[in-house]
Amino acid sequence: MKSLLVLIPLAPLFGSLLAGLLGKTIGRTGAHLATILGVAIALMASLFVANEVFSHGFHFNEALYTWITIGSLPMQVGFLIDPLTATMMVVVTFVSLMVHIYTIGYMHEDPGYQRFFSYIALFTFAMLMLVMSNNFLQLFFGWEAVGLVSYLLIGFWFTRPTAIYANLKAFLVNRVGDFGFLLGIGLVLAHFGSLDYQTVFNAAPSHINDTIELFAGSPWSLMTVTCILLFIGAMGKSAQMPLHVWLPDSMEGPTPISALIHAATMVTAGIFMVSRMSPLFELSPTARSFVLIIGATTALLMAFLGIIQYDIKRVVAYSTLSQLGYMTVALGVSAYPVAIFHLATHAFFKALLFLGAGSVIHAMHHEQDMRHMGGLRKHLPITYWTAVVGSLALAGIPPFAGFYSKDAIIEAVQASHAFGSSYALFAVMAGVFITAFYSFRMLFMTFHGKERMDHHTKEHLHESPWVITLPLVMLAIPSFFAGFMGIEPLLFSDYFGQSIYLAPDGPMSVLREEWHGLIQFTLHGMMAAPFMLAVAGIATSAYLYLLRPDIPDAIKNRMGPIYRLLENKYYFDRFNEIVFAGGARSLGGGLWRVGDQTFIDGGMVHGSAALVARASSVIRRVQTGFLYNYAFMMIFGVFALLTIWLFKA
Amino acid sequence: MTMTPYLSLSIWVPIIAGVLVILFGSGENKSPLARKLALLGSLAGLVVALPLYIRFDPALATMQFAEFSPWIPAFHINYHLGIDGISMWFILLNSFTTVLVVVAGWEVIQDRPAQYLAAFLIMSGLINGVFAALDAILFYVFFEAMLIPMFIIIGVWGGPRRVFAAIKFFLYTLLGSLLMLAAFIYMFLKSGQSFEISAFQALQMPLNVQILIFMAMFMSFAVKVPMWPVHTWLPDAHVEAPTGGSVVLAAITLKIGAYGFLRFNLPIAPDAAHYLSGFMIALSLIAVVYIGLVALVQADMKKLVAYSSISHMGFVTLGFFVFNPLGIEGGLMQMISHGFVSGAMFLCIGVLYDRMHTRRIADYGGVANTMPKFAAFFMLFAMANAGLPGTSGFIGEFIVTLGALQANFWYAFFAATALIFGAAYSLWMYKRVIFGEIANEHVRELLDINHREFALLAILAVATLAMGIYPKPFTDPMHASVNKLIQQTTMKKI
Repeated sequence: MKSLLVLIPLAPLFGSLLAGLLGKTIGRTGAHLATILGVAIALMASLFVANEVFSHGFHFNEALYTWITIGSLPMQVGFLIDPLTATMMVVVTFVSLMVHIYTIGYMHEDPGYQRFFSYIALFTFAMLMLVMSNNFLQLFFGWEAVGLVSYLLIGFWFTRPTAIYANLKAFLVNRVGDFGFLLGIGLVLAHFGSLDYQTVFNAAPSHINDTIELFAGSPWSLMTVTCILLFIGAMGKSAQMPLHVWLPDSMEGPTPISALIHAATMVTAGIFMVSRMSPLFELSPTARSFVLIIGATTALLMAFLGIIQYDIKRVVAYSTLSQLGYMTVALGVSAYPVAIFHLATHAFFKALLFLGAGSVIHAMHHEQDMRHMGGLRKHLPITYWTAVVGSLALAGIPPFAGFYSKDAIIEAVQASHAFGSSYALFAVMAGVFITAFYSFRMLFMTFHGKERMDHHTKEHLHESPWVITLPLVMLAIPSFFAGFMGIEPLLFSDYFGQSIYLAPDGPMSVLREEWHGLIQFTLHGMMAAPFMLAVAGIATSAYLYLLRPDIPDAIKNRMGPIYRLLENKYYFDRFNEIVFAGGARSLGGGLWRVGDQTFIDGGMVHGSAALVARASSVIRRVQTGFLYNYAFMMIFGVFALLTIWLFKA
Repeated sequence: MTMTPYLSLSIWVPIIAGVLVILFGSGENKSPLARKLALLGSLAGLVVALPLYIRFDPALATMQFAEFSPWIPAFHINYHLGIDGISMWFILLNSFTTVLVVVAGWEVIQDRPAQYLAAFLIMSGLINGVFAALDAILFYVFFEAMLIPMFIIIGVWGGPRRVFAAIKFFLYTLLGSLLMLAAFIYMFLKSGQSFEISAFQALQMPLNVQILIFMAMFMSFAVKVPMWPVHTWLPDAHVEAPTGGSVVLAAITLKIGAYGFLRFNLPIAPDAAHYLSGFMIALSLIAVVYIGLVALVQADMKKLVAYSSISHMGFVTLGFFVFNPLGIEGGLMQMISHGFVSGAMFLCIGVLYDRMHTRRIADYGGVANTMPKFAAFFMLFAMANAGLPGTSGFIGEFIVTLGALQANFWYAFFAATALIFGAAYSLWMYKRVIFGEIANEHVRELLDINHREFALLAILAVATLAMGIYPKPFTDPMHASVNKLIQQTTMKKI
């Protein structure tokens, strides 16, 4: 079993190395076969492991090798396989395999074909290392490694100025998150004496009342500080405000990776991490409220931005941000299983929507502006119908997957008494309406209405090849089924076992009490406010974009200031550009010129050299080179010495 | 039992090889012979150094491979050599790097190649002497002597302002070492006329004396590291030095300063070290943050990497002065890794410079289009420079930060900013040089790396990755020596 577990991350890694290092030798076909085989092996093995976990209670927590020993502290690489890990492994490898197949069609004209496959397989390896880890060190390794691949893939088309701007930005913003994450890990090690999950989780409850004084005289709760620092890492990776700014720009990368990395898997690493750390977060209500408020704000404010986008990928990107906010809200109210549930359903329908958008872009010859689309449903029937499934799931219409996971989040927020939960409830409720509105706005603008593309493009419109449509269909299936199939086992059985720790009287227990079966849940949901809001959102969008396409422009003109605020994305980018990027550059420049050049070099180094030079220019005059001067000085010296000697005696 | 004098061999084999290269390789048309001889000599130097690792007993904290014979009996100065789990690594790293710089200068140096290569070989032997010496005067002699070849390398094969840089380098380092010599003589008199480093370590001294001794040695080592604010010689020296000179300077010479702190300051003046730890940590953190920001705005690639070296060395001194195993072993790992990574960075810049004869970032852009293999290597090293896990650059920064946090949260806070600044200056440079559309005709005509360059970068890439993935073999031989050092550091000597 252990060797099978080792095989799971290594198979994609091996494929990646083959495609990356021997890409020329094995050719395009060789590259995609090698990586697809690697990921397929990982998926098969993951399914097998998941079956063992859920059917036979398989549990694995062992080190593979000791990475380094410092003093008496071993730092190891090892796996923890439990229900949480198994769920993530299946989601990651499944979506990854779909994206691999899709890429054959989407990238077939690209000169960097092998390189692309090498990167996405490498990503699968890194993501698996992240989710399978049994310790903080390896978690950090995977965390940074997925960041690396994300950097490489956003900048895949490295001659585009926007792409290489976006990838640097993504890496640096993530590093800001990692800065907090590293300090959090440091606090864990300093206070719990280990980097191993289980040891730390066992030790944590006895530290619940510990305090640390970061500022003399103000003791803060250790758990709160640690959890907030760890969560800052999650804010970077899972793009929570104010560290969300990199994700919309990451759309500069090829569409398959937007689906895989920037929607389905990598960005959910933060959600996974907090769930994994539930034994720590459950000890700090303050940290959870922090999580809750950040998540709710992201869910709402990012949804607004989805409304005004014209770039099809950016609509999906902002909806990802908003949905990640929903998951974070679930974490904030201690409903970790619900967060993971939404993570899984979202992975399917969001990957579907991205790949669908990619199919449209492919058909439109790399046109991404929805103002130049319209009426595509006739030309791209499979893409259209799968996009309908994805949009219904995203909008939260029963019986599609998103309805169940999103409704569970809203109910969990209703059941919570945490500080900030009423604000969060407002945010997620309002978010439902907006989500439904923008997702159908996208659907209507793209697939319905007048055909607004130019004549040339229109002539060449055709449905994408099967390597593109097959993954769409494969993803549409769980986007439909995963919700009602998953809700009972995931939320209301002992699915997660010991892998997620839940405080006894949290919202999850309320949800469990109110659970009377799938039918009741669905019926109840269809009479509750969120469903009405979703339907209202779709109806509004149908009215505005199907019946009266003239109204949106009128609203846009009427609402000048608000529109500008949204158009500038609340000015986060400009603020960061001026204050942080510009600030660091001018501070660095100032330190260099004033500190190094003027003060140290000018004052101390060259100053002392100048002092020596000046002193020697005076002393030099003594050495005249005339014999009589030296003779005089000698006589003078002898005389002086004699005088001293005589007086002493 | 007669033992092979591996340490003497690792010192004298390269020096003798250097002399032979000059004798037989200088003059018209003899350059190919000089190159072959130098490569052979550097390989021989590496081969005789390898047993130091293979036959090293990691369980012992004492000096191994010891050699002892009187040198100047009148002053009790001895030719006393020996290594522990700390110094062993730097002799290996140095012997390894020497092979690389010999290969790196292969067809690049056309002006007096025999002398150039000989200077590196002789310097290599002298540097091994620095790390192996157990007698303070012997240490001092090697310490000063190795400046001479470096001075010549910068002064003869350097860039346009080479004389300025060489003199700045020389004066800076000389000032500090004179004070250190004074401290040695003082301790010689106090210790009953012994220059043995171990005798210095056993010496009981009141705190104020310890502080003076500490500061005298600090002046010498801080310049070498270099620590803020005595660092300004380094960027100038790097910019003017030929590629090989920069590689040795960054990979090895800087380590001598840090090594000096471990061998001299901590065990000889432990109470002063504790007393002054706040001061040392403050300087280290200034190096990390201030220099990290300064690196960001450099327009010259070599200057940028030079500043990044200073910033990385800040982690080393930070780790040493938090006095815990994480800090010290983390600092040592940072030193070894920095040897690979900074060496590789300077080689990469050398590859570009040899083709374009400019180091200005603004003269580049879109190099990935014409040099894809090179771009891949440079990416790896830039990421290692930014401390990415899986590369060697991660270990030191990660572990030192963890160690610093055990001492004080804010130490770790400022140290961890390197995560952001390190990525910012490394990747921003990478972006401007490598990514983008082809910037000009010169870039369009670039040829990708040849076999020699590929081999060099590949060796360093393997070293960087291997150490990043499995660093345990590097720390295992250190434990005993580091434990002993920590013990010495906690002992009161007042």
